[in-house]
Amino acid sequence: MAQTITQKILSRAANRKFVDAGENVWLNVDILLTHDVCGPPTFDIFKQEFGPDAKVWAPEKVVVLPDHYIFTANEHAHRNIDLLRQFSAEQGLPNYYDVGTERYKGVCHVALAEEGFNIPGTVLFGTDSHTCTSGAFGMFGSGIGNTDAAFILGTGKLWEKVPESMKFTFEGEMPEYLCAKDLILQILGDIGTDGATYRAMEFDGEAVYSLPLEERMTLTNMAIEAGGMNGIIAADAITEAYVKAHSSKPYEIFRSDSDAPYHSVRRYRVREMEPVVAQPHSPDNRATVRSVQGTKITKSYIGSCTGGKLTDFMLAAKILKGKQVAVPTNIVPATVKVARALECETFEGITLRQIFENAGCSIALPSCAACLGGPADTVGRSVDYDVVVSTTNRNFPGRMGSKKAGVYLASPLTAAASAVTGKLTDPRDFL
Amino acid sequence: MDTIIQGKAYVLGKNIDTDQIIPAEHLVYSLSNPEEVKLYGKYALSGVPPEQGGLPEGNIPFVGEGSFSSEYTIIVAGPNFGCGSSREHAPFSLQVAGAKAIIAESYARIFYRNCVDGGFVIPYETAENLAEVIKTGDELKIDIEANTVTNLTTSVTYRLNPLGDVFSIVRAGGIFAYARQENLMGRN
Ligand code: SF4
Repeated sequence: MAQTITQKILSRAANRKFVDAGENVWLNVDILLTHDVCGPPTFDIFKQEFGPDAKVWAPEKVVVLPDHYIFTANEHAHRNIDLLRQFSAEQGLPNYYDVGTERYKGVCHVALAEEGFNIPGTVLFGTDSHTCTSGAFGMFGSGIGNTDAAFILGTGKLWEKVPESMKFTFEGEMPEYLCAKDLILQILGDIGTDGATYRAMEFDGEAVYSLPLEERMTLTNMAIEAGGMNGIIAADAITEAYVKAHSSKPYEIFRSDSDAPYHSVRRYRVREMEPVVAQPHSPDNRATVRSVQGTKITKSYIGSCTGGKLTDFMLAAKILKGKQVAVPTNIVPATVKVARALECETFEGITLRQIFENAGCSIALPSCAACLGGPADTVGRSVDYDVVVSTTNRNFPGRMGSKKAGVYLASPLTAAASAVTGKLTDPRDFL
Repeated sequence: MDTIIQGKAYVLGKNIDTDQIIPAEHLVYSLSNPEEVKLYGKYALSGVPPEQGGLPEGNIPFVGEGSFSSEYTIIVAGPNFGCGSSREHAPFSLQVAGAKAIIAESYARIFYRNCVDGGFVIPYETAENLAEVIKTGDELKIDIEANTVTNLTTSVTYRLNPLGDVFSIVRAGGIFAYARQENLMGRN
């Protein structure tokens, strides 16, 4: 029977030839990811349920990446890191990336890719809703809660309902003013924040396959913003090259059968699309940048697992080079690797870091920072009636700090162009 | 498990995300230390903009000033309840505040799983949006066997969608209880 890529990967993980959409199956998990917010309660449940001396099912398959509340004086946040450190030591977890050491990485979804944990054909669960990001590598990645994660820690297994798939095809050649962020915000505006609930979102088409992995990750990252169980892009030569450069593990490439069943199929021609934003307070509240052009902003924020990758900063640098920002602009690299790359990657002979500094941006240390508000002393946290243009993924009330603030989600090009003018600005004005 | 859940309704709109259920700044408290756990009750639904809490009137907080628990047992909401992050702190905080069930038109997947697998609150779905017909403060009675909810204040009964596959996990009280019952905790 014909299957989608998601069905094929889940079949493999369930030791079956075929799994049908809607079926509940038990899956063998390849990697479990957790971080400082959800790790400690997950470990608590694990001990409660499996006993104080229980051992995790496979230490090498557990990846612990503290990233949420790192550079803060909040003592509860520090205690959470201590708890991660303690559990990882007790269990001998080789993939714990401790804060304050040279092993520290930064935002988990980007670090997973960089550290070679994203392997085509595998199944990843993580205690973070954006675990779907890893689907850009032709694998299944999905977010779960602490109880489910504790269950995996003890058994290596989890039940899941096989999702129906929705296909999104982007045809044509990407114009230079569009970013992956514009594509996913377009979809969100079309299908809404529950448009893909319990479903897989599969992306393909010439425009998608022309993108580097980091940009593809922006698409799969925001599958959860439509309620998707996972986002997925079949692996191609670009994926294989990336995986081989970051890991020596074997991988298996799956593709959807040409006659695989889909819940729905949508086609977009990228040449006909425009830069868009999601207006406050929902990721599906789409508007073209042109239609809201001129809206005054008080801050620009370029960071997070969605918009704090090297490719995001390369795009932003194109606009910020030789310009001054008109509003406070936070550059928050997702990971230490991205932060280092800012020092050596150049645009027209100048390092990205220099470009941002010359433009008057502040460059923060790598972590989730104000993407989710965080403790009161978090860099870039919104206050009062701030109006923020941000490359992050969520703009629910209070998400970046203040409940009264409004957040416009945008591409790195739009966030940079708007930073320069102090108003929402279409990047085509600068390109 | 009880077969009847009775209590006052607290009504919310659509797309109630996990940042509204428990704002991120509160995620740092322990989920096992009893003193800190109380804070999850205190801040449950504290991220809902005031005018959108306790519909149709609004401006009714779920948990009163200075309190650690809510007088409302059943949350009634529109579509896509619990969208956003995977934080299990969300259904947990509702349970700590005293909620027993949610009746929403639909749920985001991770939140739904968390409610069921953690055994925190029972997530019922309905074919119609009951948030439009039930008022905050109405006395509701859920009959778990019959899959109905009766509004005792207005004497109208509505159908709840059957829990289906997950009913056995709900009845067991969570995924661990269920897995023990079914002998699924092995590692092969
Ligand atoms: S950067 Fe934001 S969305 Fe990404 S993992 Fe961190 S808090 Fe979540």
